[in-house]
Amino acid sequence: MTTERAISVPLRRVRLLRAFRGFDWRQYIVYIAFALVFLYFSITLHDSGFLTSTNLLNILRATATISIMAVAMSFVIGAAQIDLSVGATAGLASVTTAMTIQDHGIAAGIAVGLLTGVVVGAINGALVAVFAIPSFLVTLGMLGVAHGTAMWVTNTEPQPILNDTYNEAFGSGDLGPIPSLVVWTLAAVAIGHVVLRKTSYGRRVLATGGNAIAARFSGVDTRRITFLVLTLMGLTAGIAGMLYAGRLQSGRFQWGEGDELSVIAAVILGGTSLFGGRASVIGSLLGSVMIGLINNGLILAGLESSQQEIVRGGIIVVAVALARRK
Amino acid sequence: MRAAAVAMHGISKSFSGVRVLDSVDFELRSGEIHALVGGNGAGKSTLMKILVGIYAPDEGTFDVEGRRVVVRSPYDAREAGIGMVFQEFSLIPTLTVAQNVFLTREARGRAGMIDDRRSERQARELFRRMGVDIDPRRPLDELPTVHWQLTEIAKALSQDARVLIMDEPTAALAKAETEQLFQLLRRLKAQGIAIVYISHRMEEVFEICDRITVLRDGRRVLTDDAANLTMQRVIDQIVGRKVEQAMEWKERHVSPGADMLLEVRRLVSSTKLRGIDLQLRRGEILGLAGLMGSGRSELARAIFGIDRIDSGEILIGGRPVTIRSPEDAIDAGVALIPEDRRAQGLVLDHTVRENFLLPLLGRISWSGFVDDRGGERLVEAFVNRLSIRLRSIDQPIRLLSGGNQQKVVIAKWLGVEPRILIMDEPTAGVDIGTKGEIVTMIRAFAEAGNGVLVISSELPELLAVSDRILIIRDGRVERELARSEIRNEEQLHHAVQGIAT
Repeated sequence: MTTERAISVPLRRVRLLRAFRGFDWRQYIVYIAFALVFLYFSITLHDSGFLTSTNLLNILRATATISIMAVAMSFVIGAAQIDLSVGATAGLASVTTAMTIQDHGIAAGIAVGLLTGVVVGAINGALVAVFAIPSFLVTLGMLGVAHGTAMWVTNTEPQPILNDTYNEAFGSGDLGPIPSLVVWTLAAVAIGHVVLRKTSYGRRVLATGGNAIAARFSGVDTRRITFLVLTLMGLTAGIAGMLYAGRLQSGRFQWGEGDELSVIAAVILGGTSLFGGRASVIGSLLGSVMIGLINNGLILAGLESSQQEIVRGGIIVVAVALARRK
Repeated sequence: MRAAAVAMHGISKSFSGVRVLDSVDFELRSGEIHALVGGNGAGKSTLMKILVGIYAPDEGTFDVEGRRVVVRSPYDAREAGIGMVFQEFSLIPTLTVAQNVFLTREARGRAGMIDDRRSERQARELFRRMGVDIDPRRPLDELPTVHWQLTEIAKALSQDARVLIMDEPTAALAKAETEQLFQLLRRLKAQGIAIVYISHRMEEVFEICDRITVLRDGRRVLTDDAANLTMQRVIDQIVGRKVEQAMEWKERHVSPGADMLLEVRRLVSSTKLRGIDLQLRRGEILGLAGLMGSGRSELARAIFGIDRIDSGEILIGGRPVTIRSPEDAIDAGVALIPEDRRAQGLVLDHTVRENFLLPLLGRISWSGFVDDRGGERLVEAFVNRLSIRLRSIDQPIRLLSGGNQQKVVIAKWLGVEPRILIMDEPTAGVDIGTKGEIVTMIRAFAEAGNGVLVISSELPELLAVSDRILIIRDGRVERELARSEIRNEEQLHHAVQGIAT
C-alpha cells in the first residue's frame, strides 16, 4: 500500500508536467501578445488617454477595413493561396461607388461597389483555378491593373460623396453608441467564424489548403474552392473600399493603398498558417486590432511616423516568428 | 458461387503511346485478401487507379458484385463501394482524425451546420468496430504513421466500402504496428470485405494473402491461391527470369589486418545514441540491425554531421576528425544515402543530370562556371555503369521508377568518390530485380577497398551483403555477430527482437 502511494505521487507529477509541456502556447501567441501589448500601453500610456472608451473605439474604427479584409484573407491563406490585390481593389471600389452615387444614386452605387469587388475577385479566381497560374502572380498583376484603372477613370481626382445616408451607413455614422464601422467588423467576423468552423465550405477550404491532392481524392472540388475564396476575397475588398468611401466621404484611388501587407500580417499574426490548412478568423481579428493598438500606442507615445513604421515592422516580424509552427 | 466483388476484364491503358496495361483481367472475391505484386512499372498502381476512377481505361470493362459499372471519377468508385488506402496518404494533416474520416460527408446539426461532436462519436464507434484505439479529436499531424493508415481505413469503411485497396501499407510501419494492421485486415476480411494488397514484401504477402496475382510489363502472368505457390515461384514470375543469386550471401574475405577505415568511440547524441562503438575496416560491409527507433538512423545522421554529437570520437583512417556538418563529412570521405529518397535524397522536379551533379558542382566548375560537357560525360558514365533506365539525362527524376530513382541517388554519391558509404534502407520501395543490382553494387564498392555501413529493416538484405552485423538497441550496440555465425534469418530476427538464442 505504502509503496504504491510512493510510486503514484511522482507519476502524477510527471503526468502534470507532460500535460503542461504538451500545451501548445504557439497556438495562442496572438492572444498572449495581444494581452501583453494591451497591458503595456494601459500602464505606460495611461496619462495620454489610451484606456478611454473613445480611444479604444477609435482603434476599432481605424482597423475596421483591415479587420474585414483579414476575415476573407483567412480563407484565402487557409486555402494556401494569397491575394496581393486587396488594397488596390478597395481603392477601385471606392472610386466606382462614389462615381455611381454621383450620377445614379445610392442603390446603384452600392450595387456597383459590390460588383466591382466580385468582378476583380472572380478574374483572380478564374485565372488561378482554371489556368493554374500561381495566385501570387495573378494578384500581383491585378494590384497594378486595379490601381491603374482607379487612377485612370478618375483622372487621379477625388470623387466626393454628398449622400449622407451612404456616408452614415458606410463609415461615419453610429448605431446607438457603437460606430457603424465596428458593427460592420463584428458582422464580418461573426459570419466568417461560423462559415469557417461550422460549414462544409469552411472545412473544404482548410482541406484544400492542407493537402490539395488528398482533398481532391476525397471528393472536394478544389478548383471551385480556390475560385470561391478569391471571389469572396474580392467582394470583401470591395466592401472595405465602400467603407473607406463612407468614412472619408469620397472615393479615391489611394484608399487602401498598401493594405495588403497589413491584412496578410494580421492573418499570420492570428495563427493562420502561411502554408494553408489552418486558419482562425477570431485570431485574424485580434491580429488586426493588435496592429491597430501598436499604431495607436506609438502615436500617443509621440513617435514620428517614420519611427512608427520601424517599430511596427519589427514587432510584426518577431510576433510572426514566434507564432510560426515547427 | 457468389459473384466476385470486382471483376475487371481486358483492361488496357496507354500513356503517351506507351502501353502500361495490356488486356489485364483481375478478379477479387468478397472476404479475400488478394495480393497484387510485380516489379516497379509492372502496372499495379495504374490498374488500381483505374479501379478507383482516377484514370479511365482505354479498353475493358468491370463489374462490381455482378453489376456492370462505369467508373469515371473517384466519386463514382466510392458510390460503387470501392475505397483506396493510398500509398501517399490522402489525408489532410491539419485536420483532426474525425474531420478527415468524414471530410465532405460531415455530420450535420442545427441549420445545416457541421456537428463535429457527432462526427467524433461516429468515428469512435467506427474505431471500436475496427478494434483500434484512436482519439478522433486529435489533429492528424500529431499522430504516428500507423494512425494515419487506420484513419484512412476508417474513412473508406465509413463510406461503406466493400473493396479496400492498400498500396504498400506497411512501408512506414514498425513490426508491432504491422502486426496490428494485419489483425485488422483479418477482421475486415471476416466481415466480407475484399482487400487488394499491393506489396514488394513477399513474407507479408504470404503471411496475409489468400490469392496472388502477378503483373509483369503490363500483363497478368499469374493468379493462384497462395497455398499453391512458393515464394521462389512468385519471384520468378515477377522478374520473368531466374533471379540472379545476388540476394544470396557470398563469403568475402576481409583480412583482419586490413586498415581501420572508420572508428566510432562512445558516441553520444541527444537521447538516441548512448555510447556507440563501432569499427569498419577497408573492404568491409557492416550491417546495422535494430528495431525502428533503436538509433540506427540517428547513428548515420550523427556520423554524417546532421545531428549534433554530444560526446565521443570519430576516427577516419586512424585520425580523429571533427564532423559538424555534412560538408565536413563529405570532406572526410563519408557519404550518406538517406532513408527517404523523395524527401532527403532528390530534388524531384529537377532533371537526372542536375540531381546527379549537385554534390559534384564544385568539382566540375572553374571559377564558378559549370563545365556542362564534362558533367554530361560523368553522368552518362554512371548511367551506363549502374544501368539506370531512362529516356534522357535531362528527364525530370520524378518520372523514373522508384528503383531507378534510388540508383541515381547511389550514383550521385558514388560520384563523390567517398571512402565510407552509409546506406539507410537502400532498397526500400525498390523492385526485386533492382534490389539484386544494388546488392551487387554495394559489394563492388567494398571490393575496391572502401567501407560500407548498411542500415536495413529487411533482414534478408542485411544477410546478403554484410560481413558483420551489429544489433542496435536503445542507442547502444547490443551484440556483434559475424556473418558466418548466423545460420538463418530467424536467428537474426530473434537477435533484433532481443530474444536470446
